[in-house]
Amino acid sequence: MRENGELVEASWDEAMGRVVERSKEVLEEKGPLAFGFYTTGQLFLEEYYTLGVIGKAGLGTPHMDGNTRLCTATAAEALKQTFGTDGQPGSYADVDHADTICLYGHNVAETQAVLWMRMLDRLEGPNPPKLVVVDPRPTPAARRADVHLQVKNGTNMALMNGLLHEIIANRWYDEGYVAAHTLGFEDLRTTVEEYPPEKLAAICEVPENQIREAARIIGESERLLSTVLQGFYQSHQATAASCQVNNIHLIRGMIGKPGCGVLQMNGQPTAQNTRECGANGDMPAFRNWDNVEHIQELAELWNVERMKIPHWSSPTHAMQIWRYAEQGSIQLLWISATNPAVSLPELPRIREILEKEDLFVVVQDIFLTETARYADVVLPAATWGEKTGTFTNADRTVHLSEKAVDPPGETKSDLDIFLDYARRMDFRDKDGGPLIKWYNPESCFEAWKECSQGRPCDYTGLSYDKLRGSSGVQWPCNDEHPDGTERLYADGSFNTETDYCETYGRDLLTGAESTEVEHRALNTAGWAFLLAAEYQPPHEEPDEEYPFSYTTGRTIYHFHTRTKTARAPQLQSAAPDAWVELSPADAESLGVGEGDVVRVESPRGRLEAKARISGIKEGVVFAPFHYGYFDSDGPPRAANELTITEWDPASKQPLYRVGAVRVTRISDSGGMPAPAPTTTASAPSSGVSVPGTAAGGDAEVEEIVGKE
Amino acid sequence: MHLANYLGYLHRAEINLAEGFRKVGDSHAEEVDVYHTCNTLSKQCEAHADKLQPFVERYGEEKPEEPENLYHELFDETRSGGLGLLRDMQDLYLMANACDISWTMIGQASQGARDRELLEVVNACENQTAAQIKWLKTRMKQAAPQTLLVAS
Repeated sequence: MRENGELVEASWDEAMGRVVERSKEVLEEKGPLAFGFYTTGQLFLEEYYTLGVIGKAGLGTPHMDGNTRLCTATAAEALKQTFGTDGQPGSYADVDHADTICLYGHNVAETQAVLWMRMLDRLEGPNPPKLVVVDPRPTPAARRADVHLQVKNGTNMALMNGLLHEIIANRWYDEGYVAAHTLGFEDLRTTVEEYPPEKLAAICEVPENQIREAARIIGESERLLSTVLQGFYQSHQATAASCQVNNIHLIRGMIGKPGCGVLQMNGQPTAQNTRECGANGDMPAFRNWDNVEHIQELAELWNVERMKIPHWSSPTHAMQIWRYAEQGSIQLLWISATNPAVSLPELPRIREILEKEDLFVVVQDIFLTETARYADVVLPAATWGEKTGTFTNADRTVHLSEKAVDPPGETKSDLDIFLDYARRMDFRDKDGGPLIKWYNPESCFEAWKECSQGRPCDYTGLSYDKLRGSSGVQWPCNDEHPDGTERLYADGSFNTETDYCETYGRDLLTGAESTEVEHRALNTAGWAFLLAAEYQPPHEEPDEEYPFSYTTGRTIYHFHTRTKTARAPQLQSAAPDAWVELSPADAESLGVGEGDVVRVESPRGRLEAKARISGIKEGVVFAPFHYGYFDSDGPPRAANELTITEWDPASKQPLYRVGAVRVTRISDSGGMPAPAPTTTASAPSSGVSVPGTAAGGDAEVEEIVGKE
Repeated sequence: MHLANYLGYLHRAEINLAEGFRKVGDSHAEEVDVYHTCNTLSKQCEAHADKLQPFVERYGEEKPEEPENLYHELFDETRSGGLGLLRDMQDLYLMANACDISWTMIGQASQGARDRELLEVVNACENQTAAQIKWLKTRMKQAAPQTLLVAS
């Protein structure tokens, strides 16, 4: 707890007492709209569901979101807009069957290493699939690709329209499937007519023949798997471009069959659960906030008045929650298992908000993060392995993760913390009974099953016993599908029925929402939407003052803001400090050699780091977003000091992949190369000699196969 | 024939709406989504006016005063703060609706005149104007409870 400006140790009673006292004051003075909850993609399903019910039916605030807004909001939005609800159509098993794999802005070798191993098995085995990679950096996957489209940042939408143009012009699409299962083909066809390869080659700065070749590979494939991640989700026109990946599969009729899958990926292990349970800007079990019947179902399930549940507009997205906190209309912000002081865009602004006198900040995390240092109360939470719960991965596979060891000291599981808050706040249902009727993970899971019944993410056929001893079951799992469901939409029937869908639709250019009446008039009958959009140039482009395009991203050795991975010595030594990547041509014109220290500045902030001369696209500067300040008191090094406060109009995902910067050399290398790994997309360009990243003795393991 | 009058009205109204979007966006630049979307829509309105230009010439140009009066009434002074944002967007909503109904009128006339080219322009632009109105409504609905109940 903060006492006289300092964080001091306190008992749970004191800390929770302070949180409850302030909650009651805020509720009394300002009401539920002064509460904001900012959670994560790293808790368990049971914890998100409990948090969702506390916020929506206990307090009654619409201001709940997760850092999933930064990692997976566009995946959810693109799925909703095309197919009617969230829910991954494909399955990881599609990797085993595909004859072509396309990675759209997805550095899979560094973000999902296990999935990449599965792809490598195919690439190294008989009948390897063709591989197409869209990425401005020479990622490990890009080096293996048949075609690597090294596009200019912010031009994904133009590229996708160009690929669709070629597929349609060459008649590589399935007319029967389009006619039977989709709406909007004529609009899509006319829109993409304006994007012939020669035109978009200039926009995307990619050779025309590469675009034609990529389109041919996609167009002639028979079992196409596409995956999408941050290169699309965190870039300009995020949702619009991601919807075009769905469109390729729809017009080729390649969905719901082995090897034919779309994987709109997630950035964190349980982001899927955040989305399902309503702890982010969604209603639980993919219900539609604008459908009164859906809200009535929740009201009956929770035994509260329908009016209690905020459903007057779409739930508040994270960037707006932070804006309300900045303006002072949110006065209590509860942050769980995430580190916005490093991970949000434009950090100087975020620090100012966290420091505001009139904002009471609760931080619940496993370590004292950069964000926790700004908290009024810090609640020490257990991590996975120290608690039990379920988690669901990007292809809908539900796992049970059982407690292996006790949490250290007086640490509590996130579920127990939320349950304790609900008890102390004395949240009641409309008959005076306790609002939260569960008391541990398994009883919460049973409550969640009831909530999910009849929705796309139906868990009713699952139980802890069923999940124990299996390696996971894919939802929906119910009476109809007792063993789960490997692929959605196998029959070409989508979740777009007006009474069932999660959204009545949005305009991709502005985010404007359609109404129930407008949706009903489309008479969708379970057809998928082929949504088209024009390419628009990014809002901030390089100019004379800031001549480089700036992008941020990940390295395999660290996760998120290094809260955990910096404490794993082997990972920390592989990538011990921040760096920036420059192309050889740009490095030469700036007079920068490998390892020289440079200052990178945007209109919002600056960082200093050693330069790695890599194979990155000319004109682009990259910085890894992981590095903050809990283990460093040197000059600014966080990539998000520079990023722009802007978000996609449809998914509201912040744009970490566009922005303009300038680079200045400030000192020489001192004989030391940049601390960037050499085994990844950060590998030095040919001609630059750097000692290779080695695991070292700490990371060595010995495997003994069979009996000793 | 009064088509020229309505064309002149809409042509001027789109130019003024473009200016209105730009002004409101600039006045509320701290609401970054409002800023960027207003700028995008401002350009869209300018494009509408450009597309109308040949028809203004074809049917002769009249310059009714109402769009100017409406512009001065709505946008001479923009506001600041949360409540100011709602009121400024409400002004955009009024002007966009003036454009919307004008597109409908001109669409009717273009059908009567069998002017296919004008009808095509109307079809392309009136959907965008409708989307502008939808965006204003979506954004205002989002902001209203916080602004009217909690913000100081």
